[in-house]
Amino acid sequence: MLDRLQQLGATTLQVFERLGRAHILFYYILVGIPSVILRPRLLAAQLFSVGVLSLLIIVVSGFFVGMVLGLQGYNLLKDYGTASSLGIMVALTLVREMGPVVTALLFAGRAGSALTAEIGLMKATEQLSGMEMMAVDPIKRVLTPRFLAGFISMPLLAAIFSAVGVMGGYFVGVGLLGVDEGAYWANMQYRVDLYDDVFNGVIKSVVFGIAVTWIAIFEGYDATPTSEGVSRATTRTVVHSSLAVLGLNFILTALMFGDN
Amino acid sequence: MSQQDDSPLVEIRGLRFARGDRMIFDGIDIDIPRGKVTAIMGPSGTGKTTLLKLIGGQLRPQEGTIRVDGEEVTRLSRSKLYALRKRMGLLFQSGALLTDLDVYENVAFPLREHTKLPEPMIRDLVLMKLQAVGLRGARRLMPSELSGGMARRVAMARAIALDPMMMMYDEPFTGQDPISMGVLVKLIRTLNDALGLSSIVVSHDVQETAAISDYIYLLSGGKVVGQGSPDELGRSDSEWAQQFLQGLPDGPVPFHYAAPDYAEDLLHGHEARRR
Repeated sequence: MLDRLQQLGATTLQVFERLGRAHILFYYILVGIPSVILRPRLLAAQLFSVGVLSLLIIVVSGFFVGMVLGLQGYNLLKDYGTASSLGIMVALTLVREMGPVVTALLFAGRAGSALTAEIGLMKATEQLSGMEMMAVDPIKRVLTPRFLAGFISMPLLAAIFSAVGVMGGYFVGVGLLGVDEGAYWANMQYRVDLYDDVFNGVIKSVVFGIAVTWIAIFEGYDATPTSEGVSRATTRTVVHSSLAVLGLNFILTALMFGDN
Repeated sequence: MSQQDDSPLVEIRGLRFARGDRMIFDGIDIDIPRGKVTAIMGPSGTGKTTLLKLIGGQLRPQEGTIRVDGEEVTRLSRSKLYALRKRMGLLFQSGALLTDLDVYENVAFPLREHTKLPEPMIRDLVLMKLQAVGLRGARRLMPSELSGGMARRVAMARAIALDPMMMMYDEPFTGQDPISMGVLVKLIRTLNDALGLSSIVVSHDVQETAAISDYIYLLSGGKVVGQGSPDELGRSDSEWAQQFLQGLPDGPVPFHYAAPDYAEDLLHGHEARRR
């Protein structure tokens, strides 16, 4: 019994210790931002590997998700004779929820795991240590550019996801199922609010961008420098950041759309 | 240099360092003279690499002082520590090359990070450093295409890119074939003499290290157990030094890891386990 209590205490302490380390790291990453802004090339390289390389999976998934929304929405709405509101349903679902959330989940799997593995391996092969000994701060040189890249990429990817999804819904709803094209676009334009819907969606994806990239970078930087340690860190990145995204999404949705 | 030339470059006094419950250094004193090659030798697991990390300020000791060129490493602020590190080169056992950059960019890395030199000058400097280690022709290779010995030579070129005052080598000879071993041995000595460096070689390869070092410290069990020039140590009557230098399997460092009595263990060990 006492052993179990002791174990519980030790685990709790470890969790808080990790949380503490994660926050200290976050602080140093933020402190490094000015020096990265002065060296846009570092940032551009990371924007490419974190953002541009995630584009394909985002576009393809966005199109499929949009198509499913178009199909399901049509089946549901036509029973009530409101198939002309399909555009509204597709656009609101995407912009408010699916766009930011699914993008963040895909991003965690595609870019987050890559970030963790890369940083973890750099640590395991003493590249980070080597930089320190060359008087180069690995946080400023390696971590901050990656963090900024994730922070910038996520809202853009989510916007692309939603836009492509709307096209997917259009393709199925208007193209295949015969919803009136004018109604699809006009109702969408009338009902989707720039501030309430689009802007709130952007806020969500910014928050998810920070959360996922922070978790990915911290897991890599804090990984045990062995192959097993890196593999476990990569798994943790995907699991923790997915859970964080879903949890945060609920909180944000409650704050933004709770009183509607 | 801020200190007089006859003062030691690195002065370690009363150093104590423990990892968890394990005491790694238990009050050691070491002087690293200027312009010489000093070797730190000892069996694996005596904390030789840890010592380099302590000198480089990557670890902090629990007790004791480490002065490098007159500056107390343990008390330096982050920015002063980084300024001091620009004058130190550390060669990691793995080489620690940046795997996403080619050989040329690896050597150029410290120059690009710390100087605003124009590109043609960086090119000249990089090629000079690579020429010194004999790898000017390998400049476009990626680290994954290099052999272990070549990777260490590239790392050497990178470590001398900023013309440091001292070089630290962490197990430079481990896992090398005889030829690349010979190359590294020669390079450490010639770089030291040609560039006026002070070098610290951490190693357990007795012959190679003794051949190039001016002074040797033997470490074991957290203490300095012998020191002197290679000749003096060879003549020393310390049993420990003789065991280590001649590679005897048994002696003060026992062949057997600490264990309960053998016969007792075989006959009654299973009872203990059952309990």
